[in-house]
Amino acid sequence: MDWSAILLSLKLSSVVCGFLLLIGTPIAYWVTFSRWRWKFLVESVVALPIVLPPTVLGFYVLVGIGSQSPIGRAWAAWSGHGLAFTFEGLVIASFLYSLPFAVQPMTVAFSQVEHQLIEASSVLGASRLRTFIRIILPLSRNGVITATVLSFAHTMGEFGVVLMVGGNIPGVTRTVSIAIYDQVQSLDYAAANRTAWLLLLFSFAVLSVVYGLNRKSLAVWPLQR
Amino acid sequence: MKLSVDLQKRLSANFALDVKFSIPAGVTILFGASGSGKTTLLRCVAGLLRPDSGQIKIGDQILFDSDTRVDVPVRERKIGFLFQNLALFPHLSVAKNIEYGLDGCERTPAQQLTENILESFRISALRNHKPNEISGGERQRVALARALVTDPRVLMLDEPLYALDYPTQSQIIEDLRAWNAARDIPILYVTHSQREVFALGERVISLENGKILSQGTPQDVLEAPTHESLAQLAGFENFFDATVVSISNDSGTMLCRLNGATTEVEVPLSRVEVGSKIRIAIRAGDIIIAGEFPRALSARNIVPARIISLRREGTMVIAEIDAGRSFEVHLTPGACESLGLKPEQQVWLVIKTHSWRLVAARMVSVRQR
Repeated sequence: MDWSAILLSLKLSSVVCGFLLLIGTPIAYWVTFSRWRWKFLVESVVALPIVLPPTVLGFYVLVGIGSQSPIGRAWAAWSGHGLAFTFEGLVIASFLYSLPFAVQPMTVAFSQVEHQLIEASSVLGASRLRTFIRIILPLSRNGVITATVLSFAHTMGEFGVVLMVGGNIPGVTRTVSIAIYDQVQSLDYAAANRTAWLLLLFSFAVLSVVYGLNRKSLAVWPLQR
Repeated sequence: MKLSVDLQKRLSANFALDVKFSIPAGVTILFGASGSGKTTLLRCVAGLLRPDSGQIKIGDQILFDSDTRVDVPVRERKIGFLFQNLALFPHLSVAKNIEYGLDGCERTPAQQLTENILESFRISALRNHKPNEISGGERQRVALARALVTDPRVLMLDEPLYALDYPTQSQIIEDLRAWNAARDIPILYVTHSQREVFALGERVISLENGKILSQGTPQDVLEAPTHESLAQLAGFENFFDATVVSISNDSGTMLCRLNGATTEVEVPLSRVEVGSKIRIAIRAGDIIIAGEFPRALSARNIVPARIISLRREGTMVIAEIDAGRSFEVHLTPGACESLGLKPEQQVWLVIKTHSWRLVAARMVSVRQR
């Protein structure tokens, strides 16, 4: 079993998930409440990874963070090494790739909070931030949990983007899905089967826990009575 | 402290709010049919909706002024607002709901204030319950307590007692009165229930289609309605188009004929000429039914009529009676029985001249927004 790949995948998913919640939440808030007429353009950009082939996204991220790009150069000047084919590069790529899976459930949840509650909060003197933390966020708990699980699982399972941006460096960028691919390439079906089983069980366990805790959460299945 | 409002707000092609009034401390009722602009008005004052133009002031402080571009944010207006659906935070306990508006306060005084108001609204026992675990009347009290604990400068209530039974309503009205006896702030109270108008209001402003129709004491506004839509809300059931036949300046009355009938009735004098088309209204409860022709009576209108139908509704009998035109008359079941009234029976309607009201024809349909 390629434990280093599994650990790397878990680490990558956790870090990406953290960033997604940190940055995806304000984006979801803005998408929900902004009345800007060109808002749909931002929504389209955020949703792009859903329809874009991972190789296309991976390619542009690779170019974007490469040693020729401003971002790549700035990072190299600050940290002493480039972004491409590093863990940090993977985090950036995975972040973009999973962004819609974090933003969309939260947007749905925020927009389902009864508007009058938000008005009541501001009439009672609360700032927007306080209203968000005390009212909107707690009432969107299911949406936030769904966003967390989906973006975590989505990052665990990604393949194309990782291959494009990270390559296949053991312990650095070789994630579990790439490890399985390698094992199949070297005709080691038994090893591939073990790793795949583990991933399958893990995914099933995570989803079961979420659905068990949140009967009403709307991750993949529509709301059931 | 006085609330002065002068605002214009267009909501759609055929509805615009355009009002100007100022109210002193005490309860002022905002009365009108649904769609007349009551809620829009409250929302503009609270800052939840931005008027197109105008000025809103509490005392000397300007909350909104389109000329000088002042628009104090909602959260700084210090206005208590009770929403029609209450808008209690479902995930917070009763105590936390009430404490919510006391964020600026230090912890201990905030808790003390919450305790006090929980006690004075008799909801201390519910402090740890969530809003969905308590009754409708209790929820109403919690919402009222939450609005009042912040010590607002103006209180606005949007049909707060809607859907409550009568005893609960009167209790909450008493609570509100007691609270305001000490504070003495302007309270704007939206309702379309007559009973609440008389129970609460020192003043009434009636709205129709975004305009102020009339204002004054409840008696002025509701007992002498000047417009048909207001008359309907104030419980006038019978409306007739009529033509003035003769005018008697000496007795201060005029005779008019109901259109489409030969029936003539005497009504109070108004500034019209013979031949004018007018519209008159009368309450179903102000008409007397006589089983035989009455003599030696002060009432000037004694109209022969025929009973069409009798229908029992609660503690009241509603009679439909043909006197040239169809009249609705209300009487008690006892009266109906002792007169032995039945359909097709010949009767006389007795109506005092001054029970008739002249109303302006409706300006616009009541339901229209």
